[in-house]
Amino acid sequence: MKALVSVKRVVDYNVKVSPKDDNSGVNLNNLKMSLNPFCEIAVEEAVRLKEKGVIEEILVVSIGPQEAQEQIRAALAIGADRGILVKVESDIELQPLAVAKCLKKVFDREQPDLILMGKQSIDGDNNQTGQMFAALANLPQGTFASELAVNSNHVTVTREVDGGFQTLRLTLPAVITSDLRLNEPRYASLPSIMQAKKKQIHETTPEELDVDIAPRVSVVSVDFPPERPEGVKVSSVDELLEKLKNEAKVI
Amino acid sequence: MNVLVISEHNNNEIKDSTMHAIAAACELGDSVDLLVAGFNCSVAATNGAKIEGIAKVLLADSEPYENQLAENIAPLIQQIATKYSHILMAATTTGKNIIPRAAALADAQPISDVISIVNKDTFKRPIYAGNVIATIQSHDKIKFMTVRATAFESVLQESSSAAIEVIEESFDSVKSEFIKNDMAPSERPELTSARVIISGGRGMLNEQNFKLLENLADKFGGAVGASRAAVDSGFAPNDMQVGQTGKIVAPDLYIAIGISGAIQHLAGMKESKIIVAINKDPEAPIFKAADYGLVADLFDVIPELDEKLIV
Repeated sequence: MKALVSVKRVVDYNVKVSPKDDNSGVNLNNLKMSLNPFCEIAVEEAVRLKEKGVIEEILVVSIGPQEAQEQIRAALAIGADRGILVKVESDIELQPLAVAKCLKKVFDREQPDLILMGKQSIDGDNNQTGQMFAALANLPQGTFASELAVNSNHVTVTREVDGGFQTLRLTLPAVITSDLRLNEPRYASLPSIMQAKKKQIHETTPEELDVDIAPRVSVVSVDFPPERPEGVKVSSVDELLEKLKNEAKVI
Repeated sequence: MNVLVISEHNNNEIKDSTMHAIAAACELGDSVDLLVAGFNCSVAATNGAKIEGIAKVLLADSEPYENQLAENIAPLIQQIATKYSHILMAATTTGKNIIPRAAALADAQPISDVISIVNKDTFKRPIYAGNVIATIQSHDKIKFMTVRATAFESVLQESSSAAIEVIEESFDSVKSEFIKNDMAPSERPELTSARVIISGGRGMLNEQNFKLLENLADKFGGAVGASRAAVDSGFAPNDMQVGQTGKIVAPDLYIAIGISGAIQHLAGMKESKIIVAINKDPEAPIFKAADYGLVADLFDVIPELDEKLIV
């Protein structure tokens, strides 16, 4: 069985971003970039399935700038076998529909049985790519997964939904998007990081894949959210209740 | 402008989050239709027809729609999409599962988590965990969107009655099979519609202490929430998590107890009308977001609040 995992290069989750001076977008200059945490969980899950003998080969793909190679290498260090970079110019804003179309072309060529990806990236927070790719490839989808069980023809997936959990049984090939609690990714060891440097990354482009990546949505502006007025400290429970009753009038 | 709202329902009642999505739809269009897709859901359609602002209810009553699987609902939406300028759903887990799939079938780039409608093609939505707000313009002919329920008022149930049109066609992907739902039973209001939320963090120390918050919530008629740290530590179940990766809430009163206030958590609750923070660490970032802060040991505060609170 073969798994395809897609990964995204994003601003590290510890970095607090700000709008550009002219508010035309987010200021991304000289920020620490990382593998999107949800994608990392997807990679880890694929590696665990390989360790269990369910999967033989893990292919990791990223659609992004040349530098996204670093994130592919990070996935290879966790345990993926080979990489594909669908390279775009770094000033092009990639949107989920374009990414889903590129993934569809890679899927057609590689014919994986299981496609794993993060439920959302922590930059755009769209939560769309997995669902859109599944639609284009006409595959079943198990989004927001917190547990997986794979056998030869099916994957049983537990999904985190509002109010609890939902369990679905999907016919392979199927698309899974990982939620936070699917697993805790390992730290790549130094030997595996060294080994990952020798693994192969194939490069292609959206043009080669015959995909139009022109944005469908344009950014008008990016701003800080309106600030809340500064609050006050109260010194006792009595004072708190008094304020909630008479000032805020919420109780 | 004809706008379509995809409803969520339990076969009888239309869910509260959908009522908020309808309010957003009313801002966009002259005529708002409501799709009720499910199995044995004609009562939900009848109730949907009574909602303020609804021109027509489309009823798709067929077994494959029973559990609102995206694989079956998305092609149904695609089929009727061309009659509409906008297709909306609340940004619930169901909405986020369905809307992108339907949009891809229609070759459109959906817009997630809309918090404000600027005009018919321009919208505001939070990005980077709510640290910044993007104003974006869609160039797609049909705009597929999920909207944050907390950002729009709810519409009302009326006595009037819109027409109900039956859709006979049924889509069944057969590749996706529903096995079961495990829903956490709760007598408290749902987090996303509660007027008051009492939330606990790592400072609660264990699962047993966390139960102290339930008494307090019941006094307010409120719901109990949790930070990601509390969920990860096993004090509270996943579905209680408030934050960017959990539930987005905006109650009248949010009381954060023993929560430090990570960006991730703030993104899920900072639109609350009044925020109270109780924490023994005066430097905790939660105080920056709070209207009222009390620096104290929560194990002293909780019993005192419990005793003195008369709602």
